[in-house]
Parts: sequence; structure tokens; C-alpha cells
Amino acid sequence: MLTAHSLDDIVAAVRNADAGRAPLRIRGAGSKDFYGGLLAGEVLDVSAHRGVVAYEPTELYITAKCGTPLAEIEATLAEKSQMLAFEPPHFAGATVGGCVAAGLSGPRRQQAGAVRDFVLGVKLVDGTGQVLNFGGQVMKNVAGYDVSRLIAGSLGTLGVIAEVTLKVLPKPVAETTLVFECDATEAIRRLNEWGGQPLPISASFWHDGQLWLRLSGARAAVEAATAKLGGVSTVNPEKHWNSIREQTHPAFAASPLWRLALPSTAPCPDLDGLRAIEWGGALRWYAGEVDGDHQAIRAAAIRLGGHAVLYRAPESLRCLEGAFATLPPALLALHRRLKKAFDPQGILNPGRLYAEF
Amino acid sequence: MAQNGNNDICIDLATLERRLRLFLPPHCLLLGEEDLRPYECDGLTAYRELPLAVCLPETEAQVIDILRTCHSLGVPVVARGAGTGLSGGAMPHAHGIVLSLARFNKILRVDRAARLAVVQPGVRNLAVSEAAAPFGLYYAPDPSSQIACTLGGNVAENSGGVHCLKYGLTVHNVLRIRVVSIEGEVFEIGSEAPDAAGYDLLALMIGSEGMLGVVTEVTVKLVPKPELAQVVMASFADVARAGDAVAAIIAAGIIPAGLEMMDKAATAAVEPFVKAGYDMNAEAILLCESDGTPEEVAEEIARVTEVLNAAGASDIRVSQSEAERLRFWAGRKAAFPAVGRITPDYYCMDGTIPRKRLAEMLSAIAAMETKYGLRCANVFHAGDGNLHPLIMYDASKPGDWDRAEAFGAEILELSVALGGSITGEHGVGIEKINQMCVQYSTPEIEAFHRVKAAFDESGLLNPGKAVPSLHRCAEYGRMHVHHGDVKFPELERF
Repeated sequence: MLTAHSLDDIVAAVRNADAGRAPLRIRGAGSKDFYGGLLAGEVLDVSAHRGVVAYEPTELYITAKCGTPLAEIEATLAEKSQMLAFEPPHFAGATVGGCVAAGLSGPRRQQAGAVRDFVLGVKLVDGTGQVLNFGGQVMKNVAGYDVSRLIAGSLGTLGVIAEVTLKVLPKPVAETTLVFECDATEAIRRLNEWGGQPLPISASFWHDGQLWLRLSGARAAVEAATAKLGGVSTVNPEKHWNSIREQTHPAFAASPLWRLALPSTAPCPDLDGLRAIEWGGALRWYAGEVDGDHQAIRAAAIRLGGHAVLYRAPESLRCLEGAFATLPPALLALHRRLKKAFDPQGILNPGRLYAEF
Repeated sequence: MAQNGNNDICIDLATLERRLRLFLPPHCLLLGEEDLRPYECDGLTAYRELPLAVCLPETEAQVIDILRTCHSLGVPVVARGAGTGLSGGAMPHAHGIVLSLARFNKILRVDRAARLAVVQPGVRNLAVSEAAAPFGLYYAPDPSSQIACTLGGNVAENSGGVHCLKYGLTVHNVLRIRVVSIEGEVFEIGSEAPDAAGYDLLALMIGSEGMLGVVTEVTVKLVPKPELAQVVMASFADVARAGDAVAAIIAAGIIPAGLEMMDKAATAAVEPFVKAGYDMNAEAILLCESDGTPEEVAEEIARVTEVLNAAGASDIRVSQSEAERLRFWAGRKAAFPAVGRITPDYYCMDGTIPRKRLAEMLSAIAAMETKYGLRCANVFHAGDGNLHPLIMYDASKPGDWDRAEAFGAEILELSVALGGSITGEHGVGIEKINQMCVQYSTPEIEAFHRVKAAFDESGLLNPGKAVPSLHRCAEYGRMHVHHGDVKFPELERF
């Protein structure tokens, strides 16, 4: 295992790997080792390259080195009543570099946007060991291609994220959670109906006949929406939403666990094992079976205009199935060319996104 | 001068015409100077070039055929929407064609339940919101040219607008695009579902200035129209105070729907023209819009007013009706034409800076006014740090344009030095191509070229725009340093 304590260490490790054509497996806290394709190569542990570099509450950004734990960043932001609005999961000690690389967003995603929507800039070490800066610390910047957002969700296959700048937002003044009793079809119908109205809905979660709805915003707006929507208010809902963000809620206790991203209005597909619905209907979680019909799940997602990810599964199954939806040949070819543009020898996290590169 | 290689070719116009006529009906092909002249420039009129031909396809199949033809003949292609862009991104190539998407003007679907619209790239920005209005929905990005600019152009430039601090840029509001590559291959990028599989190519395509592909269909997100909007207008006796007030609003945890600033030169130009009721004694005025439910707006306006008072505003007014709100905005929205009335020509810049550096930037601009002997009015998307200095000049006076251009370049380079960017929303185009060399290092520019090649190896899509050649940077770098280093030390100087 290689350990990087600094940008220079990262550059040296990548240059060596490039010279020896030896693959690297980039790792922060390893909290998302379960996610994506198989792990290959020598571990490059970047968790020691950590620390907040700059935080400007009134400019709405924070810059941090890749190994900085999300918990540290969020604690820093909380001192100024600010937050990462995409509510990324921490799992076990997630780092900001891993958060951006994986591109996983939490419950607030449907209202606030995804990880990529908040990436303002990255410092990247490409596959030849060059240090490249894309984007910056300002909200608006259209000079050059938007490589910093491209990096979000690329699972370390385009470069080692050494440093990242994220847009931050103020925490909402007021928050309330309402609970409704309904089945999945009714939940999808209501969520889409509410989504078309100016309501301050910041999260939704359906599981086992109960629909949880979180309202966030100005006190007056939350109160008005509560009066309008009805439902039952709950006390101490933070624990509940945290269990969804961290996926410790029993709804996620399945392996294989499938994550279906669908148009929010898509009806319930003819599949068994629906565990949960999030993001206003756009994210559906299904429990699968190790020897189940995986193609049927993928096909159902495609038929409805979305795609399925084999999110958590035994290694043997992930190896066989691949985690992500197959790309059309022309798109796959484009992905390979882009991969080559940043990592010509294919030494960074090979196979983590797709087995082909 | 050749910039991206491959464009020093001179093709036989007769061959090109013959090949295009195989599939393009006569009314879809313009040739001859008289017909080509209207396409010689976009909103940046200082740069002009006549193309060989203008193609106005009506179907995606024709777009594919045009691109295949140009690819096989090695003819550069410049895609064009409404031509309202301000950076010369749609300026033609002398040896190439203009591919106008003007006839792709249909709204294909407005889905009320799913809150999205599928439109062709030639549909005007405002037309999308108009089509969605019966459902209480709208398309959030609202560039000031929204009455004319098209969605295809918005995608190419990643357009913003006065509401993007709260509602985001084009990149935050587009779900999916259909793209034709220079080789005539069709890609669907993004999805109506979140987080499409693979790399986020949508982020890469949006703002790529027609360099990576030609967009033939756009799916956008629609959002519920807020029930109410109100504007607070505040006057300040100096610009630094106004800048501090902006920071104070953000520090108070408020993200206004719009937050705009105008300096005295801008209000002086606007007020006689629009009669918006601006305070003519103020050195700067701030417009701060709040939207949402009536309860929400009342709460926010009260907090904003409190913050502005504490920040030393000399006068505060809150719009009391929709008519008054629109009047407050009318001045800001008419700032460009109003300045156009008091000067024969003006040159609009688009730098982005950290908000806290605003006072520094404005005093530097004041010094540049003396240095270059030209006046400048400043309007500022204060919420997101995007400054639009309007440099006034007279194109008929020898030397005026050169000084205006040098003035603009100095502002952009100062934007980078202050930690910002050379362009917030107008794009690089041909206009800021030199300043790209200031914002990015050699390896970064090389990376951009590799991205370009991954999509368009032939380099035929909009050659010479957006990303400078290293040769060009070396030439420009003779006079400049990047982050204190001598640029391109590996290149010979001549």
C-alpha cells in the first residue's frame, strides 16, 4: 500500500505507476469499496492528504484536500449554519475526495441537486502525474470545458482528486417531517403532484406503506405547507433521515440491493422486492436474489426510461454482472477515448466504473 | 491564423455545394454574399467573417448528412442558434459553413406531471416558460436575451441569468440532450431519470461552445412558479459598502432569487431612458428579489431590509406591486441598451470575481478609465460575483476599439488574479481566447485539446474558438506571466 501525505506524494505515486504501468487503486476511507466494479491495483491511500484549505461562508464555498473527512467539513460548515446541500452519505468516515469520485447524493438531492451540481473546482492529478486545475472557487465560470463536474461520479478513473471546491448553502431555518399512510403507487402519484407545486419539500422516503416527507425552508413556508398537506408530524425526525442518508434503515438491508434511477413519474415496474422510494419517485430500491433474473431488473429500468445499478452485492455477482448499466457502443467508445485523454495507460482504478477501461 | 490545425484548407465551393444539394432542398442552403452577410457575426459585432455557405436543416437526418459531408470534405462547421451570443462563439469560419438550427423551433412535449419539456434547439428560451405557464411551471435560467436566444445556444454557452444564484445555470436545469457528432453519429446524453450511467457527459457538453457536437434536442427541467416575488431596492453612498451588504445578506443565511448591483454610471445611463425610479445620488444601488409563498416572501423581505439597514443603506424601498417590481427590474434589464444610447458603441465584459474583491475591482476599473481614456459603466450579478463592465467607445474613431479591447483584456486578467474567471456566462468564443492562456496552464490547455479530440478528432467543429492553441498562448504569453511564472518556458521565443 502506498500512502500519500501531500500533493507531491500523489504525483510521485502516479508517476511511478505510470512508468511501471502498474495500476493504482485510489482510496480515501474505503467507505464505498462495495460500490462499482471490482477493485484492482496497488492501494494509493490518500486519506492523510487532508484539511480544509479555504472556507468563505459569504462566498458560499469550501475548498478541502481529498482526504478530509466529510464529518470535519460538515462540522466546519455547521459553525456558520451552512451545509453540503446534496447530503452525501458518510458511511464509515467518508472523505470529500471519495464523495466526489463516487457522486452519491443523499435525501435532499431531488430538491437541492446532486454532487456534480455543487462541484465548483477540482485539483486533479491525471494518469501521467500532471497537476491540473479545473473550475475554481466562483459560482459562475464557463472558461474551458467543465471538467470539474465531469469528475463527479467518475470513480477515480480520470485522475486522482487531490483537492476539491464545493458550493455550500445556508441550512434551512425550519424543518418539519410529515408521515402519510399509503401504498407505493399512491406515494408516487402524490410525490409528483406535490412536486409540481411551490412546496418546500426537501426529502421523501417511502417504505412499507409509510410515506415520509421532509419540509425545509423559511418558518412561514414550512408552516403553510404543513397546514396544506396534512399528514402526521413526527418528533425527532433527524434520526430517521440520517438512517436513510447513511442507509442504515432496514429498507436497505438486502444483498443484492438494486438502485433504480427512473423518471419520477414511472409506474411501479412488475418486479418483486421493492424496498424503498426516494427523491420524489425518481429513486427506487429493490432487493434482488443472487441467482435471480438480473436482466429482468435492468430491462425493466430501461423500459421505464431509467437505469439500474447493482448497488450492493456479493463480489462474485458484481464481477459477473458489472455494477452499472451497459452503455450503447458509441457512448462506450467515447468513454474510452475520454479515459485515454486523462489516463493514457489506464492505470487509475481500472475496471472500477466499467470492466472495459 | 490556424489555431486548431486542420483549418488552413481551402475547399472547392462547387464540390461542397454539389454534395450539399444532394440532400438539402434549395431553401435550406444559402450561398452568395448577400444571403451570407446576416450571418457574418453574432452579438459580438467587432469580429466578422463570411462563411462559405449557411445550411438551415429542418430534420435531424439533414443535420447528420451535413456533418458527414463536412467531415468527409474537411470543412469546418460553426453551429448557430439565434446569434445573440456575446463572445463571437458563432462567428463563421472563412473556409467553413454555418449550421443554423433556427428551423428546429418546435416544442415537442411539455410534461406537466414529470415537470419537463422536450424542445428542439432553435426554440427560444422564453417560449419554453410560456408553454409551461398554463401548468404553473417555468424554465428557470433567464439570460437577459431570453426573448431571442435559443435553448441550443443556452446549452452551448451554459447560460445564466439574474436568478441563477438560487436556481442554477443551464447545466443545473438540463436533463438530457441529443447530440450529433462531427462523424454523424447520434448520442443521447443524460436522462429523464437522475444520475445517468457513466461519465457526466452532460456537464461536459453544456458550455462546450459548439466544439464537441451539434445538439438536436434538449430536455429541460421545469420548476413550479413561485406564488409571489418582491424586490428590495437599496441605495449606497459607496460601492464597497454595497459589496459588504451583499456579503451580509449571504452571511445571514439568505439566498435571494436575484441580487443585482449597478454603479452610478449605469444608473445615470438607465434612469432617463427607463424612469425606474433609481436614486441618482447613490454610488451604487442593489436590487434584491425574494420569491416563494406570500408568507415566505414577507419573512425574507423583513430580514433583508434589516440586514441592508445594518449595512448602511442610505435608502430602502420595497416593491408594493407587480408593476413596481417590474419597473425596478426594467432599469437593470435595460442597462445594456441604455448604455448603447449614450455611446456610439460599447464593449460588454463578463469576468467573475469573489464578491469580496468587488471594491478592489471597481477602483481598478476607475483607474483604467483614465489609463485608456474611455468611460465604463458597471452592472453586476452581485449574488454570484459576475461583473459586466460596459466599456464605452466609438468604433468610427481610429484607435478607440483597440483601446477598448485592451481595457477589456486588463479587466479579465485582473479577474483571474483576484481568484475569479475570465467568463461567467458569455463564453470564451473568439473574444477571450487569449485570456484563456492567462487562466489556464499549458498542461490544462493540452487536456482541453485532448477532450476536444475525444469528441472531434478532425477538429472541424468550431475551430479556433474557446480553447487556444499553445502557439497562440506562447505569442500572447510574451507579454504576460501566469501565476507569477514565465509561461511556456519550454517554447522558443521569437
